[in-house]
Amino acid sequence: MSDQTNNNILDEVTKGEYKFGFYTDIENDLAPRGLTEDTIRFISAKKEEPEWMLDFRLKAFRHWQSLEEPEWAHLHHPPIDFQDIIYFAAPKKKPQLNSLDEVDPELLETFDKLGISLDEQKRLAGVAVDAVIDSVSVKTTFQDTLAKHGIIFCSFSEAVKNHPELVKKYMGTVVPYTDNYYAALNSAVFSDGSFCFIPKGVRSPLELSTYFRINAANTGQFERTLIVAEEGGYVSYMEGCTAPMRDENQLHAAIVEIIAMDDAEVKYSTVQNWYPGDKEGKGGVYNFVTKRGLCKGHRSKISWTQVETGSSITWKYPSCVLMGDNSIGEFYSVAVTNNFQQADTGTKMIHLGKNTRSTIISKGISAGKSNNSYRGLVKIMPGAINSRNFSQCDSLLLGDKCGAHTFPYIDTRNQSSIVEHEATTSKISEDQLFYCNQRGIDTEKAIGLIVNGYAKEVLNKLPMEFAVEAQKLLSITLEGSVG
Amino acid sequence: MEKDTLQQALPLDQMLIEQYRKNKELITANDIQYVSKLREEAFQTFMESGFPHSGMEQWRHTDVDVLTEDAYLNEMEVPDTKKDIEELFRCDIHNFDTETVSMLNGWYIDKESPLKTLPEGIIVGSIRQAMKAYPQIFEKYYGTIVPKNANGFVQINTAMMQDGVFIWVPDGVKSAKTLQIIKIINKEEQLFVQSRNLIVLGKNSELSLMHCDDSVNQQSSLVNTVTEIFVDENANLELYKLQNLNDQSGLINSTFVQQMANSNIKTNTLTFNCGLIRNNIHVKLDGQGSHADVLGLYLMDKQQHIDNQIRIDHNVAHCTSNELFKGILDEDASAVFNGYIHVARDAQKTNAYQNNNNILLTPTATINTMPFLEIYADDVKCSHGATVGQLDQEAMFYIRSRGISAANARLLLMYAFAADIINEISIEALRQRIDDMVKKRLRGELSVCDKCVLHCGAPEKEYHFDIDLSKI
Repeated sequence: MSDQTNNNILDEVTKGEYKFGFYTDIENDLAPRGLTEDTIRFISAKKEEPEWMLDFRLKAFRHWQSLEEPEWAHLHHPPIDFQDIIYFAAPKKKPQLNSLDEVDPELLETFDKLGISLDEQKRLAGVAVDAVIDSVSVKTTFQDTLAKHGIIFCSFSEAVKNHPELVKKYMGTVVPYTDNYYAALNSAVFSDGSFCFIPKGVRSPLELSTYFRINAANTGQFERTLIVAEEGGYVSYMEGCTAPMRDENQLHAAIVEIIAMDDAEVKYSTVQNWYPGDKEGKGGVYNFVTKRGLCKGHRSKISWTQVETGSSITWKYPSCVLMGDNSIGEFYSVAVTNNFQQADTGTKMIHLGKNTRSTIISKGISAGKSNNSYRGLVKIMPGAINSRNFSQCDSLLLGDKCGAHTFPYIDTRNQSSIVEHEATTSKISEDQLFYCNQRGIDTEKAIGLIVNGYAKEVLNKLPMEFAVEAQKLLSITLEGSVG
Repeated sequence: MEKDTLQQALPLDQMLIEQYRKNKELITANDIQYVSKLREEAFQTFMESGFPHSGMEQWRHTDVDVLTEDAYLNEMEVPDTKKDIEELFRCDIHNFDTETVSMLNGWYIDKESPLKTLPEGIIVGSIRQAMKAYPQIFEKYYGTIVPKNANGFVQINTAMMQDGVFIWVPDGVKSAKTLQIIKIINKEEQLFVQSRNLIVLGKNSELSLMHCDDSVNQQSSLVNTVTEIFVDENANLELYKLQNLNDQSGLINSTFVQQMANSNIKTNTLTFNCGLIRNNIHVKLDGQGSHADVLGLYLMDKQQHIDNQIRIDHNVAHCTSNELFKGILDEDASAVFNGYIHVARDAQKTNAYQNNNNILLTPTATINTMPFLEIYADDVKCSHGATVGQLDQEAMFYIRSRGISAANARLLLMYAFAADIINEISIEALRQRIDDMVKKRLRGELSVCDKCVLHCGAPEKEYHFDIDLSKI
């Protein structure tokens, strides 16, 4: 890391409070509070959806009603009143936009504050951004470039309108609406999201990126992302999240589905820094996400990289189903919790095909009064001959009021596979600190350094733009937790 | 006895509930008041909870329904046994002199007296007799080491236990010989057996204990054992559990240990054979400087199922624990391991290690391993590991290139894998014996003997690998 970046991190550290706590006043088109069939019909009608989509939502809703909220996670929160949430908030309908000039200036300002000015990104970063603010895709850039390669990258609603056959074919095949409580809820009320289709043999020339942002008060964000890579396709997809400061907890229940066919590769990176609540544990986002990738084809590969620093509650298990022979699943995660944050996160690797391989590297860092759990499943089915898994989950404790927990499940049903799991829990050793102090590095800086080094293995997997941001976030999250 | 036989048609839980209600006086006949009170509380809890089922997180890999939905005979009174236990069982480990205590079908068999004092001062006897002789000890320890929210098996044991072994090692007393508890099931009917043991080690005392569960015929049975162990300051306990029951049997074994400052325990659970076995071991480290070694080895085949649930609570600072379970699974056997290390807030300077290694020999053997850590203190060193694999092909090649047959190479490697646990046995004679048994078991020669696990029918015989040393 250069000196410059180090200084930047320190600057950020000294600033402290939640950096992205602002609120853009855009006129909202709100659904009535509460969840009934009418709400779902309202959402569907607002989005001008076809009949089959409404049917899907209603089926999911009826299934959701039959379910109970899961309680197995190592999380404690007051019961969520699902009838006290506004399920749909869209910026007032605007005429079709052709250039950025037509976009609401306030909205553009929001992007500027986030540091992802569409205008700049368009030219400099070479990143196509599908920015999502409170559920409706406002502007998608670089679509033309992508279209040349035959890549479809658009909002989910557009995909429903323009590519219904693809949506019908793939939606719900990896995460069916019956999967779990929050997946059923999302399937019923999802507002928008991103859709990405990489045709046969195409390597995406750009890193695709979406910014999610929860804006209006009391609205849940229900995103749905679907990525399909056909034979030999490759895409690196980035998801970044921020939410403004709000006192009431906001609910977020998203679904991400990835499908990789023969020889395809999908890399999915997330930096999640939603509002974690203040120092007393007031407010913050409840984040219940179902993310799953299906390595459907032979030699396909799905890689999840996540940096989780935000949200007061995180319930998230990006998983891989390794169905094709020789397919590969990877999971790299850094989860940081501070103050009263709680995270229960990890992965599932389900080996079905022959010679499938999976790697899990999870780094948990807990500080303040937070609780950070790793929960993971490695399942080797009888047909997964010669499959291989390696898992490592380390926890770092900063302070004596926090908790770090590890709940790995290993289920092996065949004798030719090798599964290894190891985990350690420790704190930053006095020796390491002493060494740094002795070299003239003060304790706070030293801890920043050590934590970054500790998480390096995962941060290195992130695309460049994200890696810098993630390092900063780590330091900001841990600010005030040490000393 | 007649009324019990009539109820045999009912599933176990209903049968027990009815039996408790009808025979309350009989059950509590030998009780001190304190124990009766506990029985009633536990019975109420059982009425609400019933037996655990596979819908519960901790039981989801072990289907006990097949056991609990069956009908059993539960004896309410001491049967009039004329059989000589000596004849049934003879322990003759070479150079291994033990003090034995026997239980037949869940009842304490006393040759001389139901409550005796060994020369060094250790008091051993039937729990029925002991509670009247030492009510103050019972009031202090009995039922206090078992957590209040324990599962249905523990509750029904507390409610309806009839007999078991009581051991009290007074302060400063050290056992001269290993004490051996032999439990044998031999009955024509399908039997449900509950036994309850209370073991108290006073300050600075020492005890070496061996606990054998055996069946002597091929009739199925369900054994539900609860053992409470209190280890006072500076005391030292070695506990060996040998489990060798027939393929039809179910064994639910719950052991709860409470350790005070600077105490040491070492438990070694060796499972050779049993249809379905569940070992719950729960160690509470309640005194600073205490240490627990919890080890285990399981060698399962056919359609056997083993479930080891090990929980270690680090409640105070400066405690250490070490968990190591190793297993070899053959044919359609399945195994579950769930290690749980809980480090309480402020239990600083904890050092806990947990490891589970498994070898699967066939495509149909399965293993579920769940090494959990729950940590609320920061100055700790906790690590865990779990591996599932097969015999190392390179090692196999190396051995075979030295002219050793594939079958022998396999045996050697499996034996080496198991040796980590066997070598931890500190009583030399016992270690050699177990060593032989493991070799026999790996060769598939060890069936449930018609006698005890340790009485393998023959004069002392060394087991060697059939290797031509001249070729090496």
